[in-house]
Amino acid sequence: MNTQYLKTDFLVVGGGTAGTMAAIKAKQASPESDVLILEKANIRRSGAIAMGMDGVNTAVIPGNSTPEQYAREITIANDGILNQKAVYETGRLGFEVIQELESWGVKFQKDHEGNYDLKQVHRVGKYVLPMPEGKDLKKILSRQVKRHKVNVTNRVMATRVMVQDGRVTGAVGLDVRSGDFVVIQANAVVLCTGACGRLGLPASGYLYGTYENPTNAGDGYSMAYHAGAELTNIECFQINPLIKDYNGPACAYVASPFGAYTANAEGHRFINCDYWSGQMMLEVWKELNSGKGPVHLKMYHLDDDTISEIESILWDNERPSRGRFHQERGENYRTHGVEMNISEIGLCSGHSASGVWVNEKAETTVSGLYAAGDMASVPHNYMIGAFVYGRIAGQNAMEHIQSLDHVEPDAEFLAAEQARIYQPLQQPEGVPHTQMEYKLRRLVNDYLQPPKSPNKMDIGLMKFVAYEQTLEKMGAKDPHELMRCMEVHFIRDCAEMAARASLYRKESRWGLYHYRLDYPEKNNEEWFCHVNIKKNKAGQMELFKRPVEPYVVNVDLEEEVYDVAVR
Amino acid sequence: MALTTQRVDVPVIVDESKCLEKCVACIEVCPLDVLVKNPDTGKAYMKYDECWFCLPCEKECPTNAITVQIPFLLR
Ligand SMILES: Cc1cc2nc3c(=O)[nH]c(=O)nc-3n(C[C@H](O)[C@H](O)[C@H](O)COP(=O)(O)OP(=O)(O)OC[C@H]3O[C@@H](n4cnc5c(N)ncnc54)[C@H](O)[C@@H]3O)c2cc1C
Ligand code: SF4
Ligand code: SF4
Repeated sequence: MNTQYLKTDFLVVGGGTAGTMAAIKAKQASPESDVLILEKANIRRSGAIAMGMDGVNTAVIPGNSTPEQYAREITIANDGILNQKAVYETGRLGFEVIQELESWGVKFQKDHEGNYDLKQVHRVGKYVLPMPEGKDLKKILSRQVKRHKVNVTNRVMATRVMVQDGRVTGAVGLDVRSGDFVVIQANAVVLCTGACGRLGLPASGYLYGTYENPTNAGDGYSMAYHAGAELTNIECFQINPLIKDYNGPACAYVASPFGAYTANAEGHRFINCDYWSGQMMLEVWKELNSGKGPVHLKMYHLDDDTISEIESILWDNERPSRGRFHQERGENYRTHGVEMNISEIGLCSGHSASGVWVNEKAETTVSGLYAAGDMASVPHNYMIGAFVYGRIAGQNAMEHIQSLDHVEPDAEFLAAEQARIYQPLQQPEGVPHTQMEYKLRRLVNDYLQPPKSPNKMDIGLMKFVAYEQTLEKMGAKDPHELMRCMEVHFIRDCAEMAARASLYRKESRWGLYHYRLDYPEKNNEEWFCHVNIKKNKAGQMELFKRPVEPYVVNVDLEEEVYDVAVR
Repeated sequence: MALTTQRVDVPVIVDESKCLEKCVACIEVCPLDVLVKNPDTGKAYMKYDECWFCLPCEKECPTNAITVQIPFLLR
């Protein structure tokens, strides 16, 4: 095993949605600077949008909606706990992003007059812009990365961010094919590694049968934590209503503008809005527990042409294997509802609100460390939010590094990290990562899946802490298995943070995402704040309250309660 | 510790008669990095059962040699 030393001005970790945009924007801001994308997979087909996307979920298009209206809707949907300025930026800059993507060849749906054909899926406002031809998104982005002369290193997984004297100095990682140890010096780093999609265990028992692209195992959450950055809203889990067993979107965002809706077994509506929120998930949970389940996405009342059109979108873009899943089971949207289930838990600010703390400049609390996309704490940010924050991070980082020089890596740190990474290779007969991961994630289901019970979470926390030692028994036979072993470490870190944050916030909020059986009510008096986590000087996980930043758009949360139940 | 090797039904099937010896397209695009070449035959196969049934491998194969099934546990 060799060590590779690399040097760049700006390092982008994760070349997915946010990462490719961050790199492109950095190069546009400073063409003579060196920008490097470090990617665990291959940027051509990696991350959430590997196969494309069915639509933009958060498009603020002039003439249809304003950033103010958007910030207001997300504020209400997220029960008031957010950095509203950051959400506002997604609304303000999203349109420019869409226009730039369009200039690169990405297609968005337009009506016959050539206007963007927006649909209403949110409770109030039209923010969903369909992309029936959204399948080549990642290939188009890769082409732009190349055109902008960004350097790309595929198949290297970052494992730690380097921080020296309070500033970021680079990152280290593992070449998942050669097994090389990779050290990268950089003056600024942006983490864009996506969600923690492998936290809970899917009901199918298949470790990779997740909603999120399973390459995203919470890597960035863990790396940011170890770098000393704050994380926030970790107790606000991601839980989605998904096709049972398939565990992917059904997808009401696509089908509801055509007249489809979520119904109980009797075919009746029980929610009046299909936009994903904790409040909506709580209604699904109640319905399933009321004896009126299972719930399904109902399309069989639509005419044949409409269903064919829905099929052509759902089976050709972001999750094209949906079609063969239904066909293998002999299911047809014309005759069957699509049976839905409540997913296992994850962490994701793209859909929910759990992430590494960032402000409206994509800065974390560590100097020179930025975060963007699903892992950064801008609630309900989805794809356009990932692009917007990639862009913001890329531009700000280039300004930040202007007067900075590279710092020699700390030899002691490198030696310790090298020993940590390669330990499983020393014991190839150790417990395989598959079993280690299965058990860990099964424990996450047992003790953290809402509704949350304090005593169960206490036991869970104890087990996750003890699991740190269990992980020392893990063995690997090759660099690929070593990658999976490192991911199990990331997952364990996220599980511990999820337990601690959920225990800390002694109230219920965000519907099912943080529904505590011992504190079933919302308590604005004591808990109208963020719960933040960071690693303190003693190396321990510390939790504290962080006040909610003043709003830029006035919202009266006593008046405006997010309620989607049909009564 | 003692280990055993268990048989697993994997979701990706490669039609070896169509797989080109010099090609690595599917291997390069798989986000989970689970496909490799059999060094003896030069044909691609699924080495690790870690699949998101996302289909880049199937889509990028120049000879349509790949079929991705839904993993057995979900099917
Ligand atoms: C199935 C599905 C459907 C969705 N549908 C929609 C939709 O219709 N509309 C919408 O607006 N949004 C949708 N979303 C959400 C949207 O896709 C995401 O919010 C967005 O793409 C997230 O971008 P990201 O850059 O954070 O993550 P990703 O695009 O997933 O990128 C993360 C990248 O980091 C890499 N990586 C991970 N760990 C490491 C590491 N340790 N080192 C190096 N690289 C690493 C990964 O390989 C990947 O390339 C959907 C998401 C999913 C999963
Ligand atoms: S379906 Fe996706 S994860 Fe499975 S082998 Fe093909 S590219 Fe890899
Ligand atoms: S893409 Fe097709 S032809 Fe190329 S290696 Fe894979 S299976 Fe063989």
